[in-house]
Amino acid sequence: MAAKSPATRAVPSPLEWEYAPAPEARDILALEDRYGLYIGGEQVAPRSRKWFPTISPATEEHLAEVALAGPRDVDLAVQAARGAFEGEWSALRPAERAKYLFRIARLIQERSRELAVAESLNGGKPIKESRDVDIPLAAAHFFYYAGWADKLEYAFPNRKPRPLGVAGQIIPWNFPLLMLSWKIAPALACGNTVVLKPAETTPLTALIFTDICRQAGLPAGVVNIITGDGSTGAHLVKHPDLDKVAFTGSTGVGKAIRRELAGTGVKLTLELGRKAANIIFDDCALDQAVEGVVHGIYFNQGHVCCAGSRLLVQESIYEPLVAKLKRRLRTIRVGDPLDKNTDLGAINSRMQLDRIRELVASGEGDGAEMYQPPCRLPERGYWFAPTVFTNVAQSSRIAQEEIFGPVLSVLTFRTPEEAVEKANNTPYGLSAGVWTEKGSRILWMAERLRAGVVWANTFNRFDPTSPFGGYKESGFGREGGLHGLEPYLRFDR
Amino acid sequence: MAQAQLLPRDLELPLDLRLPRVGSVDAVALEARAGELAKRSIKKGSKLAALDLAIRMMDLTTLEGADTPGKVSALCAKAMHPDPADPTIPSVAAVCVYPNLVAVAKSRLAGSGVRVASVATAFPSGQSPIDVKLADVREAVALGADEIDMVIDRGAFLSGRYAKLIDEIVRVKEACGSAHLKVILETGELGTYDNVRRASLLAIAAGANFIKTSTGKVTPAATLPVTLCMLEVIRDVHDETGRMIGMKPAGGIRTAKQAIQYLCVLNETLGTAWMTPELFRFGASSLLNDVLMQIRKQRTGSYQSGDYFTID
Repeated sequence: MAAKSPATRAVPSPLEWEYAPAPEARDILALEDRYGLYIGGEQVAPRSRKWFPTISPATEEHLAEVALAGPRDVDLAVQAARGAFEGEWSALRPAERAKYLFRIARLIQERSRELAVAESLNGGKPIKESRDVDIPLAAAHFFYYAGWADKLEYAFPNRKPRPLGVAGQIIPWNFPLLMLSWKIAPALACGNTVVLKPAETTPLTALIFTDICRQAGLPAGVVNIITGDGSTGAHLVKHPDLDKVAFTGSTGVGKAIRRELAGTGVKLTLELGRKAANIIFDDCALDQAVEGVVHGIYFNQGHVCCAGSRLLVQESIYEPLVAKLKRRLRTIRVGDPLDKNTDLGAINSRMQLDRIRELVASGEGDGAEMYQPPCRLPERGYWFAPTVFTNVAQSSRIAQEEIFGPVLSVLTFRTPEEAVEKANNTPYGLSAGVWTEKGSRILWMAERLRAGVVWANTFNRFDPTSPFGGYKESGFGREGGLHGLEPYLRFDR
Repeated sequence: MAQAQLLPRDLELPLDLRLPRVGSVDAVALEARAGELAKRSIKKGSKLAALDLAIRMMDLTTLEGADTPGKVSALCAKAMHPDPADPTIPSVAAVCVYPNLVAVAKSRLAGSGVRVASVATAFPSGQSPIDVKLADVREAVALGADEIDMVIDRGAFLSGRYAKLIDEIVRVKEACGSAHLKVILETGELGTYDNVRRASLLAIAAGANFIKTSTGKVTPAATLPVTLCMLEVIRDVHDETGRMIGMKPAGGIRTAKQAIQYLCVLNETLGTAWMTPELFRFGASSLLNDVLMQIRKQRTGSYQSGDYFTID
C-alpha cells in the first residue's frame, strides 16, 4: 500500500486525543446557606444550637451549614413521627399511601439533574454514576414499593400484615439518596413513619428530599430527616419510642447497635461490612470479565458495600488477566466528579482517605506488589489513584479487611473447590461474583458461596425487585424486593 | 480450527501456542461497555480534532448498480476537497467503488494521495466459485485499486468449514499483490459476537490487513458493540504477535456524533497507536456532510442549512 501512494504524501502521526473538560452545569442546584432539621413537615433550627459545615470532597469547598441534631432534637423528631403514625398515616387507605410514593418517585425523576449534581458535589462520585445509577434507581425504588402499598395482603397471604410504627433509620455516605430510598420507600409503603439520619458527610440530597416531600404533599411527620454525626445516630437508636431500627454502615457500629437493642423488642436490620470475592474462571469471556472487575471495584471509588475487592483468578489465566486489567486501569479517568467523562471521582472524606492510605501501606509492608496507573491527582480535595495489589496472601490485611476504596487485591486459585473455600474464608458475606461461560458451574458455585448476592458474569447491578443483604458479619435482614417489606411489618399470624 | 497445512508458511500468526485463545464474548457486558463509551462527552478542541481525523479516516463509498463514471468523478472531487470553501479540511482516505469504476476513480484521484479501494470477490454475497473471485480481485488490482475489500464466504463459515474460509482469504491475499486487503465479515449475518470473534481471528490468521464489519447491504451493518468486539480481537492479536491489524466499521454510520462514539471506542480500546487512517477507516457515504456541518458549527457557533454543503 505504501508503495502505491504518492511519495509526497505526508502521513500525519496518530492523534493523541485528549478529551476537553465537559463539566455538568452547577447552576441547576440552588443551595441554601443553612439547612435546619426536617421535623413534623417543617425546617426547624436545632435545639442543640449546633451546626456543622458540609463540603465538597473534590475541592474541600464549603457548600452549606447543616444542623447537628442533639438528644432533644431526636426526641422531637420521634414524637413527630409517632404523632403522624397514630394520626393520619396509619388510618390512610393503602391505595392513598401509594399515591404519595408514586408522587415522590415522579418528583425524583423531575428533579433528577439537580439531585445528581448535589450527589456528586457533596459525595465526590462521578456525575455519570449519580446521573445514570443513583438517582434513577432511587426513583425506581419508590415506584416499586408504591406498587406494593395496597397489595401487602397478597404479598403475605393469610398473615394479616400490619405496620410496625416508627422506624429509626441510619444510612451511609456511599449512595446517599439511593440508601435513603431503600430505607424510606418500603417503610412508608408498609404504613410506618420514619426518622432518618443521613451520613455526616453527605446530607445534601436528603435535605433536597425534604422539599420533595413538601411538594408531594406528604402529611407532616411521616418523614423526618435529622442531620448530625455519630452521636446523633447513637441518640436515635437509643430512643425508647422506636419500633424498628434499620442501619447500613460499619460492622463495629452495627454490633454496638445490636447490643443496645438486645431485649428491647425493637426490630432490627443491619447491612454491614464486606470483602466480596469476584471469581474469574479461565473459560470466562475475558475482556468482559476485565470490565466486570473494573466495575466491581472502581465503581463509586470502591465505596460500595458489596464491592468486588478480592479478585480470585484461576491461575491458568492469571497473567493475561492481570495484564489486561493494568492496561484498562490506564484508561480510567480520575478527576472532577462533575465532569461527564470522569470514571473515578473523589474519596468521600479525609477520614476515609486516611483509612485507605493506612491499609494500602500495610499491603505494601506485607510484600504485596502494588500497581497504580500514571495519573495526575488534583492537589486539593481527597484523592486516591486506582490501585491493584498482586501477590496478595490470603492472610494479608488487604485481603481480609474492608478497604472501602479503589483498591483491588488479586489472589489465585486452582480448582473450583479452592475458589469456594477462599471466597467463603472471610467473616463477611454480602456478595460474590462468578465469571465463567459454563452455566452448570455458575449454579454449582452459587449453591456453595455464602453471600447474600451472587452475580454471574456481571457485578454491582441492582434492581428494586431483587433482595439484597448479608451473611455472617455482613448483617441480617433483606432490602429490596418482596423480602424488603417484611422487616417493616408485623404479622398477626 | 483449520488444518495447519492450509496456512501459508510465512504466516505471522502461527496456529500453535501464540494464537490468542478463541475464547468467547459476553453479549450483555460487551453491549454495556459500548454503551458506556458512547456516552463520552466530547467538546470543543477535542471534538474538532476528532472530526478532522474522521474525515481523514473515511472511505467515501458508492456501491450502487446505478453508479456511473459521472457519479464516481463527482465523488472523487468531493474526496479530495470535501469542502471547497475551506482549505483546512483534509482529504478523505480513499474512495470505495465497484471494480468497473476503479479506472475512473484512479485517474480522477491521481496525485492526490486519496487511495482507490475496490470491493471484490463477488461482493456483496461472496457466493461465486473461487476462481471467479480471484479473477475479480486480479482485475481490480490491474485497474489500479490500492485496496481490496473482499467478502468472506459466510456460507462456509456458518457451516463450520473454516479451512475453506482461511484458504480463500489466503488466495485472495496472494492475488492482491501489494494491494491492501480488507476482509468483510458481514457481521449482520454471523448472528453472535462469538462468531464475530472467531471470524475475525480466522481472517487475521489468513492474512487480512484490515477486518471490516459489513458490506452495507445487510441490516444490521456496523454497530458499536460489534466494532468493540472486533477491536478486542485486534488487541489480543497485537498482544500475542505484535501485528497491527486495521479496523473498518462500515454501513449505518451517518452522523458526526456516531463517528465520535466509534473514535472513543477505538481510543479507549486500542489507544493512540490506532488513531490513524493507516489502521482505522469509516466506510460511509452520507457521513461526510454531517461531519462538515458539525465542523462549521463548532467554528462559527451556528448550524448552516444542508444547502451549504454539496450533495455528490
